[in-house]
Amino acid sequence: MSSATTTDASHAAPAGEHGHGHQYPFLAHHFDTPVHQFDSAKLGMWIFIATEILMFGGLFVAYGIFRGQEPEMFRMAHERLDRIMGAVNTVVLLFSSLTAALAVRQSQVGDRKGTTRWLVITLICAVIFLVVKFFEYQHKFHDGLLPGHYFQAHLQQFAHHGHVLPQRAHMFFALYFMMTGLHGVHVLIGMGVLSWVLKQNLDGKISKQFFTPVEIGALYWHLVDLVWIYLFPLLYLVG
Amino acid sequence: MATEVANAPSHHEEPDPNENYLKAGRGIWSWMTTLDHKRIGVMYLVAVILAFFMGGMFALLIRLELLTPGRTIMGAATYNRVFTLHGAIMVFLFIIPSIPAALGNFVLPIMLGAKDVAFPRLNLMSFYVYVVGAVFCLFSIVSGAIDTGWTFYTPYSTTSSSSVVSMTLGVFILGFSSILTGLNFIVTIHKLRAPGMHWRRLPLFIWGMYATSIMQVLATPVLAITLALLAMEKLLGLGIFDASLGGDPVLFQHFFWFYSHPAVYIMIVPGMAVVSELFATFSRRAVFGYFAIAMSSLGLALLGFLVWGHHMFTSGQSEFATMVFSGLTMLVAIPSGVKTFNWTATLYKGSIWLTTPMLYALAFLVQFAIGGLTGLFLGVLSIDIHLHDTYFVVAHFHYVMMGGTVMGFVGGLLYWWPKITGKLYNETAAKVSFGFVFAGFNAVFIAQFIMGSRGMPRRYYDYVPEFRPYHAFSTYGSWILAVGFFILAGVLIQSLRKGAKAPPNPWGSAGFEWNTASPPIFSNFAETPVITRGPYDYHEATEEELFDGFPEDFKKTES
Amino acid sequence: MNSTDLMKQLPAQWSTFGPGFDWLFYFLYWMSVILFVGIIGTAVYFVVKYRRRPGVKAEPTGHNLVMELAWTVAPVVLLVMLFHWGFSGYISLTSPPPDALDIRVRARKWSWDFEYPNGGHSQNDVTVPLNRPVRFVMSSEDVIHSMFVPAFRVKRDAVPGMYSTLWFQATHTGDTRFYCAEYCGAADEPVTQADGSARETGHFSMGGLVHIVPQSAWAGYLESILRAPSHADGREFTPAEWGEQLYTQQNCNTCHSVNGTPMTGPTWQHLFGQQVPLADGTRVLADENFIRRSILEPNAQVVQGFGPIMPSYQGSLTDRQLDAIIAYIRTLR
Repeated sequence: MSSATTTDASHAAPAGEHGHGHQYPFLAHHFDTPVHQFDSAKLGMWIFIATEILMFGGLFVAYGIFRGQEPEMFRMAHERLDRIMGAVNTVVLLFSSLTAALAVRQSQVGDRKGTTRWLVITLICAVIFLVVKFFEYQHKFHDGLLPGHYFQAHLQQFAHHGHVLPQRAHMFFALYFMMTGLHGVHVLIGMGVLSWVLKQNLDGKISKQFFTPVEIGALYWHLVDLVWIYLFPLLYLVG
Repeated sequence: MATEVANAPSHHEEPDPNENYLKAGRGIWSWMTTLDHKRIGVMYLVAVILAFFMGGMFALLIRLELLTPGRTIMGAATYNRVFTLHGAIMVFLFIIPSIPAALGNFVLPIMLGAKDVAFPRLNLMSFYVYVVGAVFCLFSIVSGAIDTGWTFYTPYSTTSSSSVVSMTLGVFILGFSSILTGLNFIVTIHKLRAPGMHWRRLPLFIWGMYATSIMQVLATPVLAITLALLAMEKLLGLGIFDASLGGDPVLFQHFFWFYSHPAVYIMIVPGMAVVSELFATFSRRAVFGYFAIAMSSLGLALLGFLVWGHHMFTSGQSEFATMVFSGLTMLVAIPSGVKTFNWTATLYKGSIWLTTPMLYALAFLVQFAIGGLTGLFLGVLSIDIHLHDTYFVVAHFHYVMMGGTVMGFVGGLLYWWPKITGKLYNETAAKVSFGFVFAGFNAVFIAQFIMGSRGMPRRYYDYVPEFRPYHAFSTYGSWILAVGFFILAGVLIQSLRKGAKAPPNPWGSAGFEWNTASPPIFSNFAETPVITRGPYDYHEATEEELFDGFPEDFKKTES
Repeated sequence: MNSTDLMKQLPAQWSTFGPGFDWLFYFLYWMSVILFVGIIGTAVYFVVKYRRRPGVKAEPTGHNLVMELAWTVAPVVLLVMLFHWGFSGYISLTSPPPDALDIRVRARKWSWDFEYPNGGHSQNDVTVPLNRPVRFVMSSEDVIHSMFVPAFRVKRDAVPGMYSTLWFQATHTGDTRFYCAEYCGAADEPVTQADGSARETGHFSMGGLVHIVPQSAWAGYLESILRAPSHADGREFTPAEWGEQLYTQQNCNTCHSVNGTPMTGPTWQHLFGQQVPLADGTRVLADENFIRRSILEPNAQVVQGFGPIMPSYQGSLTDRQLDAIIAYIRTLR
């Protein structure tokens, strides 16, 4: 996905090919106009997003099936998740989507400093998200709330809380770790993309005429946000 | 990473856009870092031919082992690994990338009148992703190989001691290569058509690639997540597919076939796409029912997503689901039939030139008809119960995959060979090789239909003596088939070394890709072409004009 | 076997599903032959008739909407018919009559266990009565297997974690083969048999015979599986003789030798009465209780140097059969 824009950005047109090669240094030789190039990059990103959604789709289907089989187990197991941390992360990610959109806005009007500022804030939000996630995971590890075979180890600990999780609750945590884990990987990829966009911006390659990388990077970041918007209620708010 | 590799040279060195693409830039490095879709196509071509050779060797080993009941050359555990590798290599390393990534990469942008695909860098990255995926698959071979069958069914795959993780990881990575190619093609077809190339003028090859790309983009991620779950199941004991942990082993089959049924169409639709071009060129006529063929490709793409359950009629899904999947499966016959009838009608009152590519197209027609009709048997519920997991199924899908797609691939390769290499090949020798391939292929698999419906289960190392004549016949056929492919390899190597120089349009085709030099220049066209006619307007030119170029195309380039 | 036999598409049909199935199969077969000859014949005719000739130009392609619609719509009628026949056949395959005789089938790598209504068992071969609906209630102990009886035209997967059923009514006495149709692997190494020959086991060896006996013989069969078998002269087997027979019938021989060679499992030779080292480092006396427990709960006390891979025979062997096997092992001292 990132390379989609790399291509457009730096694959300079062969000299004398179109006559506009020197006019738009970022225009690749096989595109006619900057708008043409921008539209293509954007379409490519949308298709990639469709791909990503189908990838998560597999996990959502598995979630649906197992929850349909054992709604009560899901309800009991989800109480082990930390709603506060989940909610904080939701707010953080929603806010980062806003700042990503603002970065696009600033790049469109040619405000390089503003773009940098909003991109940095977006990245900071991403780091906060991962830090919170780290503490959540650490807590689950500590309690032995792990998927599959590893689940049973610390089960007795909950006896003193008054209720014991059903044995099959490991399924909930298998799905929890797969879904949030895959999402976490996407957060990391998104951070990579945004860092690369930031570098492009700092190197002065982004301009009013050419803000494709910012737009594409932000689009990807919105996907990361969108997936979480579904994960949060499915996992934390089963009620 | 691939992108960085690609970064290096493009900054300081741009090839001459008017130079022959094979000569624009020299040395291994200029190939490894190229962003030119033609060179990437050629690199893919080399890779898939190597994969085909390897998969073919495994196929010959399978047939040799089955020549006699009991042990012929290898033990049962080895046999299971050999047939798994045959399947996995042929499906993931050969057929899926064969026509789209190798031939499609080369031809698609030229047909559209574009200078390149939309995202050249992504294209190169897709190739390297493919290589990395292939390395993981090969690593699995040297680290003890994998014995699960290419379908990786749980719980066998999660309990097998063979190197399942490295193979699934390899296939996972290959999936991304496939997604990137599909994404690139969709955007290219939408955004990079030359002026005048509106949708109604799109060559049928492009329509096929478009349908294929949609399936690649939408189905492959589901395979990716399925294999990720499988790997996690094996590494962490996740339990989602493990009945003893409360999971559901049949769920894996649902997930797997949700990808792998569209994948079947990812494999066959490109074959149909190539064959449509061949029928038009060598009948000197527009394809009959252009619109119907284009739409039937999209129809197959859509149906491909709705019929996965027909692989599981015996595995215990509900009767209702079984009924729905059987009904939808029946519908597949309609677009397949439409294509077959249209190709046949294209021949009517044509001027049929029996070149080697055309022979492959006709072989496709014959074998796809058999593959399609036997598919009906498998769609009819009560009949499928008996035939499921027998050699009948093996023969059926080989008739479609090999009798269809591989014929389309070889036909397309021979058709575009002069364009790709700039060399002609010996037609007589190529026809001889075709004879061996056609006879050998049918000998191998006709026998398998009969033993299958008589009850020979698939993936069997040993069999009862009753089936011996069929197995022996099938094995002899495999040797004829192998001879055919070795002759073909000889023909092509000879062409590369000593072949005569090819004219721009050796077949006298009206397809736009033949308006370029052979081999094409680096930027495909000296100037962006303006399309003023359809891709099959044979009636608008005399036979001589077909070879020399359409008069109106010339008018335009001179102006 | 003569050449007409070789070209026959289907095996003999020995169940009530046979006639309907074969009729539909051959209908499809001849329909396909006609369609194939029609389409390909036409294509070949065109290729010959309209072959390239100097000075003859191809005619421009026209449109023929009626023809295009015809060959799009006509197959639909045929398909609806086929779907209907296939579906009604499938419904009868999945609807056993309520009075069907239940046989419990357990699949495992790589053998089948059949449990009859009176609690008796048979391994790998199954005996069923003629002209009586029989229902297999199947499960799997490890991976997915599939019961396939070609002569009955039936097939059904045995999936771990669930029951699946398959039913049929045999119409012919005699023996016919059944197979495992879902790939389930193979042993890494061939097993050396008592006579020194090597035997491969796996998916392909996981089959046996269905013996179809007249109903008059059925009751006698059921009784016989609970009893020790008899010699030809009517003298009943001694426990040790019966144990020796069970050694092969129950597939003990695929993992345990009786000549001292260690295979997948420890040898039975000189086993009885010895102190056996266990995987946990302790030693145990190989007496009747040890052997009995090793058969019923194989992974409770695993012998040093071997993996915990033996399936449990709990429920597959009667007490008398256990006694017989122990008696046989005693003779190998």
